[in-house]
Amino acid sequence: MTGAQAVVTSLEKEGVTTVFGYPGAAICPVYDCLAQSPICHILVRQEQSAGHAAAAFGRISGRPGVCISTSGPGALNLLTALATAYMDSVPLVAITGQVSSELLGRDVFQEADITGAAEPFTKHSFLVKNAADLPRIMKEAFYLASTGRQGPVLIDLPVDVQNQQLDFVYPEEVSIRGYNPSTRANPLQLRRVAEAISSARRPVICAGGGVFSSGARDRMRRFAENCQIPVVTTMMGLGLMPSDHPLYFGMLGSFGCSAANYAIRHSDLLILIGARAGDRAMGQPGVMEKRTRIVHIDIDPAEIHKNMEASIPLVADARLALEQLLECCAPPDTGMWLAELREKRGVGAFATDRPGFINPHRLVAALSEGLDEDSIYVADVGLNQLWSARSARIKAGRFLTSGGMGTMGYALPAAMGARLASGAGQVVAVMGDGGFQMSMQELATLVQHDIPVKLVLFRNDCLGLVRQIQREVYGGRYEAVELGGSPDFAALAQVYGIRAMTISDNSEIEDAVRALLAAEKSFLLQCLVSPDEPAV
Amino acid sequence: MKHTISVLVENHAGVLSRITGLFSRRGFNIDSLAVGVTEDKTVSRMTIVVEADSYTVEQLEKQLNKAVDVIKVRTIPQEDLISRELMLIKCNAGGRTRSEILDIAKIMNAKIVDLTKSTMTLEICDLPARLDLLEELLKAYNIQEVMRTGTIALQRGAVAVGAK
Repeated sequence: MTGAQAVVTSLEKEGVTTVFGYPGAAICPVYDCLAQSPICHILVRQEQSAGHAAAAFGRISGRPGVCISTSGPGALNLLTALATAYMDSVPLVAITGQVSSELLGRDVFQEADITGAAEPFTKHSFLVKNAADLPRIMKEAFYLASTGRQGPVLIDLPVDVQNQQLDFVYPEEVSIRGYNPSTRANPLQLRRVAEAISSARRPVICAGGGVFSSGARDRMRRFAENCQIPVVTTMMGLGLMPSDHPLYFGMLGSFGCSAANYAIRHSDLLILIGARAGDRAMGQPGVMEKRTRIVHIDIDPAEIHKNMEASIPLVADARLALEQLLECCAPPDTGMWLAELREKRGVGAFATDRPGFINPHRLVAALSEGLDEDSIYVADVGLNQLWSARSARIKAGRFLTSGGMGTMGYALPAAMGARLASGAGQVVAVMGDGGFQMSMQELATLVQHDIPVKLVLFRNDCLGLVRQIQREVYGGRYEAVELGGSPDFAALAQVYGIRAMTISDNSEIEDAVRALLAAEKSFLLQCLVSPDEPAV
Repeated sequence: MKHTISVLVENHAGVLSRITGLFSRRGFNIDSLAVGVTEDKTVSRMTIVVEADSYTVEQLEKQLNKAVDVIKVRTIPQEDLISRELMLIKCNAGGRTRSEILDIAKIMNAKIVDLTKSTMTLEICDLPARLDLLEELLKAYNIQEVMRTGTIALQRGAVAVGAK
């Protein structure tokens, strides 16, 4: 078969059912084979969306999402999505067309050194020189993306390689001598962790996205319950605990809950699980270590001592580590500590209502109230993300956002990918009018492929979070934060054939949310919010 | 403090740029870097010398280990370090100065590898500090060109840092 057939056959062997992409001359042989494959191809309107959609598909399905683009500009448009996936450790396989291998380096039409450009944002990349290597490379790419600390892997495919003949045998196993991620915890170290937990008086678990990646959500909850340890999460860990769980105290960090930050500040043992202690969650390095002992459980040895000095590091897959801890960890006495924390819980007061505007916290709360148990909530970046992180109530579903990179325009394509990965069920994308305008071309994709996504658009006609910074830090000298010239987004959606509604008064929330949730197809709810509505 | 890191990597195109990219991206400064193929032709060995504190070196080792093309990483302890560097150095050498330079070369164990009416080129293979010294001594003779290979190093003793 040809190299292109080998690529598509490998995708089928990996169980890929859906790919996201945008064709071009240098990837045409692969598209020709896709036409004859049962794999469903979703045609996005800009390659970056293919990357975000595939990444969200990967986060929900637990298997690498796949995006495909052509060489040069097509590949370069993927970069932001690759970096976004890399920061959030999301399994993703990106396939890019490349100019013919004998022309490489001659600056021919649509040539870009994409493996070079993507190097800082990929877990690994391959520039395929020989079609005979393709079965091994495809196998390795999926293996690398989905094992250890997950991440994006790039395969750059010169067009002549796609047309080369090869004998296709898909390898059963992978052997890469420089790659042996350790998943099982060192027993000695594990015992030290168990002892530290058992003897703690004020322990707290800080759980991050790694717990989702390892499929350890249930085990972590069980572990917290068995040992009666309070849990806070990072933004990537939102949804690990049901929001109303008695042991859950919210998201920590500069935009987090006061109870969560209190728990961290006053703990005598901080148990980080699958969290990299990023600056937005933990602030400056070197401060927390002085106050409390730290157990750091992470699959990536390079995360240990990177942002935070751990007293007891434990390199392990979170699921395996928790399984082992469940067996050997004696519950500490945390009754007093939990009582203390429960007093710190906010009473759930909403921010002030403003006449003529929607209170975003009320909207998010009503939305979470109405959503099904297992629905997926995708937040974009900016004020909408912080309002969502604060007020969304996640039950058994998921909360997706671009946590590390903070990529605006993430939510709409990601919601698309999440909906296709979940197969059924409600997916809602919550956005601001800044982020929405970075990917609103994807409304057409929703319509063309009949993907039902609920779109909530907080419209304040400005870049709200930047405006807030300019107000608070730069003396209110607003520059380049007003989004003039925007259309009526409800009317815009309707032109695409998407039902839409606009609300500007809190009394309309209930009916509007009901209409949004009842819609069988995509639906856009435009909510007018005040430009002065603060982050928290 | 200077650290000498020995890194075994896959002998592929693009590996060198991956490694150097990793250094610059995370703000690590490289003093010197030397690469060559090993006894196993599919494997190259890099010797990287960095000036860094122990936190940085630990991070560096971990980030190197994370790279899929990296097979093994070992920071060679200072007391076990066998290191050498090669330098070619060309300076003005006409008339009387020629014999002075010859004296220096003799004392420093450097070889004369080229000679013209007005210049002389020396070769020295020694510890990096000795190379610095020779360069210093030759400054008086108007150095025209200097080329250094960067340090290469192995660990003393019977233990081998191999790909296996």
